[in-house]
Amino acid sequence: MSKNLVVRFAGEGGQGVVGGAELMASAAAQGGYHVLTFSTFPSQIKGGPAWGQARISSEPILTPGDYLDVLVCQNQYAYDANLADLREGGLVVYNSEEFEIADNSRALGIPADRMAREAGNPLASTIILIGAVAKLAGVSIEALESFITKRWSRGRPGDEQIVAGNINALHMGVEQAAKTGLQLEDLDTPPTHQKPRIMIRGYEASAIGAIAGGVESFIGYPISPATTMLTYMEANLVGKDRFVGQASSEIESITALIGSGYAGKKTMTSTAGPGLSLMGEGLGLAWMAEIPLVVVDVQRGGPATGLPTKTEQSDFIMAMNPGHGDMSVPVIAPGSIEEAFWASIAAINWSERYQGPVILLSEAAIAERAQDIEMPDLSRVQTESRLVSQGEAGNRRYAGEGRSPFPVPGGPGAYVANGSEHDEQGDTTHLPDIHVTMTDRRFKKLELLDDGTFEAERTDAAVVLLPWGGTKGPARAAWQELTDEGVDVGWCFTMFLNPLPSALLESLRGKRVLVPELNYLGQFATYLRSKGINAEAITQYTGLPFKVADLKSEIRRRLA
Amino acid sequence: MAKRNPLYDFKWCPGCGDFGVKVALEQALARRMAERGESIENTVIVAGIGCSGNMVHMMEGPQPFGIHGIHGRALPIAYGIKSARPDLNVVVVAGDGDFLSIGAEHIGPQARRNLDITAVVMDNGIYGLTKGQASPTTELSVVTSTTRFGKLDEKMNPFLFYLGVGVPYLVSQLSSRVKELAGDIKTAMEYPGFSIVHVQSPCTTYNDTYSLLKGDEKKGIEPLAYPIGDGHDPEDIVAAAALVRDRRIPIGQIYRRAGESVAAHQRLAEAKARANIEQSTVEELLTAMTIA
Repeated sequence: MSKNLVVRFAGEGGQGVVGGAELMASAAAQGGYHVLTFSTFPSQIKGGPAWGQARISSEPILTPGDYLDVLVCQNQYAYDANLADLREGGLVVYNSEEFEIADNSRALGIPADRMAREAGNPLASTIILIGAVAKLAGVSIEALESFITKRWSRGRPGDEQIVAGNINALHMGVEQAAKTGLQLEDLDTPPTHQKPRIMIRGYEASAIGAIAGGVESFIGYPISPATTMLTYMEANLVGKDRFVGQASSEIESITALIGSGYAGKKTMTSTAGPGLSLMGEGLGLAWMAEIPLVVVDVQRGGPATGLPTKTEQSDFIMAMNPGHGDMSVPVIAPGSIEEAFWASIAAINWSERYQGPVILLSEAAIAERAQDIEMPDLSRVQTESRLVSQGEAGNRRYAGEGRSPFPVPGGPGAYVANGSEHDEQGDTTHLPDIHVTMTDRRFKKLELLDDGTFEAERTDAAVVLLPWGGTKGPARAAWQELTDEGVDVGWCFTMFLNPLPSALLESLRGKRVLVPELNYLGQFATYLRSKGINAEAITQYTGLPFKVADLKSEIRRRLA
Repeated sequence: MAKRNPLYDFKWCPGCGDFGVKVALEQALARRMAERGESIENTVIVAGIGCSGNMVHMMEGPQPFGIHGIHGRALPIAYGIKSARPDLNVVVVAGDGDFLSIGAEHIGPQARRNLDITAVVMDNGIYGLTKGQASPTTELSVVTSTTRFGKLDEKMNPFLFYLGVGVPYLVSQLSSRVKELAGDIKTAMEYPGFSIVHVQSPCTTYNDTYSLLKGDEKKGIEPLAYPIGDGHDPEDIVAAAALVRDRRIPIGQIYRRAGESVAAHQRLAEAKARANIEQSTVEELLTAMTIA
């Protein structure tokens, strides 16, 4: 029995390869399996090489999987480009209407489009392919039938015919596979679950987390791969006193957020690198004028337009210092879909607590992933709201050595929120001692944020593996395997990157810290070194996540 | 605030047109409060960068809330305030550099949204705070520190620009006519939508246009500014465009879109009421994703 099944649907954008992987994953999840999807596609509406991958497992999943058990390909290019990722003994299913594979005895050609047309159900070709994959990999066909029945029973006339047609299509695929005699090891039976589970995408986890954190206003500008969060909010943040708007640019987004935050609301936007670049001056204003707001940066490949639909972790330095001048913007970077939910709440809480901007660093590989997770325990949700002025300090909004009560328009304490250096009531002044006082005040507020949690295991080891963000998954898998193989490496992780939990920093002193991250510069490792930590980066900049095997061998090489 | 705050270190030059705008704005707010029984804290003044932006610190008497933001972005800050809090009275103060150069991209979106705010634009045809560079409304051929051969690009016609990007309510005024300006600002604040009060507010240091605007009989200068006659129909956009197409400055109501003005927040409230949707709870949103 096999614990894992990794299936990749490869073809062109618009051929449903991403949808095929998600359908397969959803069906398997309903059958009780753990699932995780990953997709990569070009920045165009249709065409161009694209693939979607589903990992199905009887155990919890950390990564999309290094190597494929089954490669489903729609055309010759998809076969040629993806064959290297097929594991030894893996199987190929291909669209035999489009091309032929003559020299591979482990390849099964299916004219799925023609079969679907002939069966009078032209939309079902993906289901035919899924049927074939399921048969090859020993996935329960009954579970798939049950999924199809539920998915297409929507209370509409004609449901029964659609369900019957799709189940028929599933069996057409099964029969095609059965004829070949090709077979992988059967997949383990699915685990039993004590707690309710949900199937959720990363951007949905971020968005629902934000709603749980009390977000009241969301203003954004479309940009890959962050648009999905904006459209989710348009559809779901709809209450009477809630506002969602499409701005005319990221400059408008960030300055509108400043207006909404100033006006007393919990406010948020989602963007990607190019948008964050445009927001630099506005984030400086939010820091200077002490306005709570949250910017979600779904990182993609950069600089400039870069790789709009690929994943990277190359905005960390910019997130901390998005604009000119002395500032240090708090940064939270979730490492998984579960954490994405909690990170949104934490980001809003931080922004409200210290009264300033917070950057939530997501990444394409997290935002677009779909995964089964346990239903978050909502009794653990704790929200914070800013300390609102009741008029106790009059208009002296910026009085004191740190956080002070926040006057909300309409209430007492009218002041000027000022991006120029200012005195206690917000009037402009450029006197040296006031710039010192106010700069100290702004930095001192960061001390309020030293409550970040972190993971630490095998803390006696001299070498520590410390990934950040979405590299957590592959790094954790690599660490587990290395540990099982007897390699003595410690493990640390936190999503609270700035300020870093001071206890974590203390625990890293004197150790050798390996930081896998998806950028050329080794940005997080550089930052750790600036804190006196002996950190060295393990970098990759392919636009794809790390493979576990690559990370393992590189860690071994560093330790040798 | 300025009089009460010795730390504040900004001054306008003697004779600056912005003084007149300041007094007019104070009067307009005072009359609004008196008429509506509204507190001054219900008003937010949003300022950009430039001499005009210091308005928010210079205002005397009861103090409204204020934001002194970054260059060119007063309008989108106002968008954020008003969309979050439709109950607030939001007034943007900006100069020609702030509003029409770096910030011009924000005028169209607020006009199309019909954001219910009032923008008071102080046009002095120059960058004053940075000491005399050409602005979009500086005349052709004028020598400034950035136009050593005389300004080579045409003067922008802000009125035609406003009409072109869909501004539904447009008034032109002079900073020296304080009483009329106060009335214009107050009426504009009452308009349920996006209103611009465009004020000729001369810079006595770098671009003193008082005599050009008002004329000088002794020197034989015809006044550039003239009152809009009773014959103008401000609801006729073609007539409005005809009125502003030459270099003279008509004073009065240039344009007001015909029909009822429905402000951005009203449109949203009506659309939500029509859609009849309710905010799902977090638990409902998550439960919808349950794997059965």
